[in-house]
Amino acid sequence: MRFTKDHEYVSFENGLATIGISDYAQSQLGDVVFVELPPLGVKFAKGDAAAVVESVKAASDVYCPVAGEVVAVNEAVTKEPSLINEDSQGRGWLFKAKLADPSELDAMMDEAVYSEFLKTIA
Amino acid sequence: MSEVAQTPLHALHVSLGARIAPFAGYDMPIQFKSGILAEHLHTRTQAGLFDVSHMGQAFLDGPDHETTARALEALCPADILSLAPGRQRYTQFLNAEGGTLDDLMATRPPGANGRIALVVNAARKADDFALLRAALPRNVTLTVRDEAALVALQGPLASRVLARLAPESGVETMSFMTAQPIRIAGFDAEVSRSGYTGEDGYEISLPADEVEACARLLLEQPEVAPIGLGARDTLRLEAGLCLYGHELDETIDPIEAGLSWSIQKRRRLEGGFPGAARVQAALARGPARKRVGLRPEGRAPARDGAEIVDSSGARIGSVTSGGFGPSVGAPIAIGYVDAAHAPIGTPVGLVVRGKALPAYVAALPFHPHAYYRG
Repeated sequence: MRFTKDHEYVSFENGLATIGISDYAQSQLGDVVFVELPPLGVKFAKGDAAAVVESVKAASDVYCPVAGEVVAVNEAVTKEPSLINEDSQGRGWLFKAKLADPSELDAMMDEAVYSEFLKTIA
Repeated sequence: MSEVAQTPLHALHVSLGARIAPFAGYDMPIQFKSGILAEHLHTRTQAGLFDVSHMGQAFLDGPDHETTARALEALCPADILSLAPGRQRYTQFLNAEGGTLDDLMATRPPGANGRIALVVNAARKADDFALLRAALPRNVTLTVRDEAALVALQGPLASRVLARLAPESGVETMSFMTAQPIRIAGFDAEVSRSGYTGEDGYEISLPADEVEACARLLLEQPEVAPIGLGARDTLRLEAGLCLYGHELDETIDPIEAGLSWSIQKRRRLEGGFPGAARVQAALARGPARKRVGLRPEGRAPARDGAEIVDSSGARIGSVTSGGFGPSVGAPIAIGYVDAAHAPIGTPVGLVVRGKALPAYVAALPFHPHAYYRG
């Protein structure tokens, strides 16, 4: 699993990337009450706003960490947004994408680096 | 930028694991460990303890009630003169144009002739006190009560909790919008039956050096949990209550804000407060725009600042507060619309991320008030 400084993650398996927000991100957001996912087939450039996760307090954009085409979305989180609080890095995933260039993942933080990064932010 | 202040309960908040953020110049608890949703629902079903010590507390003291009441009436449209001992009223400081400088609670304490106690908003208190100092006659003095803390105990079990700690005080039979001194387990407090959640409950003013011990005692009661500003906001939003800086500001008069109930008959007839001409005209002819409840048809919340449009896409107003109502179980919002679009049930669009989401004008409050009226 790889992470961005904006607390998105990508887990890459069998040529497909699963994208969501990190456990740290969900804990900072608090109770998630609404999720808006991208339409199937849409193509994102790296850094495009791809989804919206809203807590009681505020709306947060989720940026696509790598370029790719959306091939699946997690309907379960739109029906039950609290899945993101329960298990954001598992059952609370947001969408799956076919990556344009899997080597973009190399620039992202691995779990060890990300957990060090979390220690640096207050 | 000035330094962030702390309330006398700051150390308690930290020890309880609060997530703290600056609000109106104070480090305030936004939420505790259980989170906004759980805190909100706890307050609706049991009792929540809120630190509202950042708010401004003050006394006005004059030679007799009439002198002090008339001095305050020169700045706000409520009937203060007819306020009986031990009763409180909600009112607003208005500017010369009838816009709202702040909203506040004014209480006539029992047994102190010539005194009126005020509670004003934290973000506005410096301006409010400057306004009062400039406007008060020589024989009415303002005392800013920096030594006083304020907590709110809110929820259906609040009266049971306070009655346990203050037996035979009569605290459970106090009516909504009354105030009296109450000794709570040895702490001398000024207690009013009021709040900002729509629930039954109390606001409790205590000396700053005693508030932590009293708050700890309240939190030891099995019904009571600490509640942060996050849930305070969702509770007041469901209760349809105005938040200064959102539903009220210097351009908004109390009639369009739906607060005509807070302007009693004598003041409507006599005027004699800042902006009376605009307020009286709005009362006679109806305001051009109105504060309304808004219910999105879907699940997406519309937040403060979202445009409100009619079926043709024309702008008819904007959202002033919006989010998710935990007790309603759906997104809710408050906003201002042209009077023609204000009737309940009127379909409107709320522009969120560039799309007009279907919504309709809904009755306020979103969650019924549960005030104790005896």
